[in-house]
Amino acid sequence: MQRKISALSVHIILLAYTALALFPIVLTLVNSVKARKAIFGAPLALPTPSTFSLIGYQKVFSDSAVMGYYVNSLTVTVVTVAAVLLIGAMAAWGLSEYRFRGNTLLKLFFAIGIMVPIRLGSVEILKMMTHLDLNNTLTALILVYTAQGLPLSIFILSEFIEQIPRDLREAARCDGLSEYSIFFWIILPLLRPAMATVAVFSMIPVWNDLWFPLILAPSGGKQTITLGIQQFIGQYIIDWNSVLAALSTAIIPVLILYMLFSRQLIRGLTSGAVK
Amino acid sequence: MAEVRTEKLCKSYGVAEILKDIDLTVEDGSFVVLVGPSGCGKSTLLRTIAGLEQSTTGKIEIGGRRVNDLPPAQRQIAMVFQSYALYPHMDVRGNMGFGLKFAGFPKNEIERRVQEAARILKLEALLDRKPRDLSGGQRQRVAIGRAIVREPEVFLFDEPLSNLDAALRVNTRIELAKLHRMLKATIVYVTHDQVEAMTLADKIVVMNKGRIEQAGKPMELYYHPANLFVAGFIGSPAMNFIPGRIAEASDQSLVLQSDNGLRLTVPRQIWGMAAINAGDQVTLGLRPEHLKVTTGGNSAGQTGAIALSGTVDLIERLGDIGYAHIRLGDGSGAPLVGEVRGTTPLDVGDTCSISADNEHLHLFNAEGRAFSKIAAKAAA
Repeated sequence: MQRKISALSVHIILLAYTALALFPIVLTLVNSVKARKAIFGAPLALPTPSTFSLIGYQKVFSDSAVMGYYVNSLTVTVVTVAAVLLIGAMAAWGLSEYRFRGNTLLKLFFAIGIMVPIRLGSVEILKMMTHLDLNNTLTALILVYTAQGLPLSIFILSEFIEQIPRDLREAARCDGLSEYSIFFWIILPLLRPAMATVAVFSMIPVWNDLWFPLILAPSGGKQTITLGIQQFIGQYIIDWNSVLAALSTAIIPVLILYMLFSRQLIRGLTSGAVK
Repeated sequence: MAEVRTEKLCKSYGVAEILKDIDLTVEDGSFVVLVGPSGCGKSTLLRTIAGLEQSTTGKIEIGGRRVNDLPPAQRQIAMVFQSYALYPHMDVRGNMGFGLKFAGFPKNEIERRVQEAARILKLEALLDRKPRDLSGGQRQRVAIGRAIVREPEVFLFDEPLSNLDAALRVNTRIELAKLHRMLKATIVYVTHDQVEAMTLADKIVVMNKGRIEQAGKPMELYYHPANLFVAGFIGSPAMNFIPGRIAEASDQSLVLQSDNGLRLTVPRQIWGMAAINAGDQVTLGLRPEHLKVTTGGNSAGQTGAIALSGTVDLIERLGDIGYAHIRLGDGSGAPLVGEVRGTTPLDVGDTCSISADNEHLHLFNAEGRAFSKIAAKAAA
């Protein structure tokens, strides 16, 4: 009885949290398929045949620039995640497998990166990008986001690498693998679940970020979708239909990426890969 | 196949000396077991031979070639790890063929060798399974298979059986002995289990605190331990030690005055002309299985070199045999453990008499070194 009550209370709390977390998303999705008047008249109501309207989606998809923004966002996110994973895993492997002078200092340096928000350096980053002539390029965003994602990635992956038994690396050395081959053939495959975690953690802030696109790539067709949506928000009039439609469609790619990684994450956790 | 030799091999981490002047020869095709308590350096020695650790000074030769500076893969060795160290993301076939793939062997040659190893180890049906779907014994066989396919000159085993349950360990031990006979391979095998050492080895190397205490055939170590450490380490239950002092020494006999108040007379001729003088600190060693324990305090009718009597403190019955823990003299010091028949009428509190034959007496000097016996030369 006691256990039933405690299980019930846990579920109530979880359900309440889920509802809270899903509420804005559901609100966005529901209102994105309503006519403008209905959005303002009854924001919480579900669409009825009389209020149902796809005008927002029509506007968004007929605007060729918006599609470009999606592609920009996707490019930046995918390249950033790939870079964060590869460079992060390599750095983590180097730092945890090899003992060299400055090893601890370097680890500490990366750990500081987790604690200090990269936005503090926005002005310097902007100056640097201007010097490098990288303003209004996706490269600028990718570089900044990779730097932003690396510290946490190195931190998480080091922990995982240290759990991989030493015998496994030594068996590989006896098998005649070079250090690079050990990394690519033994360590990387075993890190898959950890890399899924890192991918999820580093992907979402990149996709959602408004700050750096605003200061580093605000024009020239290199805007990301979060920035691109701003064009529907005018000083006097906000085109809510388009904003909500664009937001709804912006959720989808990140959702797909998330599901892709989370399946890997769960598979990795349940397989018991390492004895 | 090849011979493995180390000369004056030393290994230290900072100030901690792990290996000190190791001179070891593993003859071509022989099965050598490194045995010793944990932390004695046996695994480090094996890993240094493998090339996974660098020696500080000294020389390592495999097949007459100096290999000190070669990476593991070029030393013609294959290592089997305690944790098996199978690649979790590859199936059995992949695990066994992985090293060959990287060495650039053609596909059909890899397949042939994998099939051959699988046949030897009865793994044919499991080739497409992942390590996580295998039992402990099967994983162990895959780990051995991975070593076999490389056709190395030397196999190195690092406590390969210690993760297996008791029954499987006995089976695998027998399999390993057969495998050695079949492959005629040079094997260096590390274990802390002396039963494995005794049953598998052509030569046992007993290590302690980074040094080799004694190396020799299993029976040699059992019957003629060179020192107290080896005497106590080889044999189960461990040898009984009776510390004391030589009270009288004549050409015919020695009288030992033990620390717990016993006075024992033993024949001198066992140790020939060894320099044993009155007043020397010595330790007498007696194996439990060599003691004859009989009921009654009367030592009359007992044959053998020594005759003692004591009180049974505890009796462990294992079925066929039992071990009586016997209090001697004033009761101080460790009790004497003696093997008795399982059906012996002895009980706790009983008085009993103990005797042992000449050939089973061991005498060690103050530094713990054994006085060599006359019979030693004949037996060895």
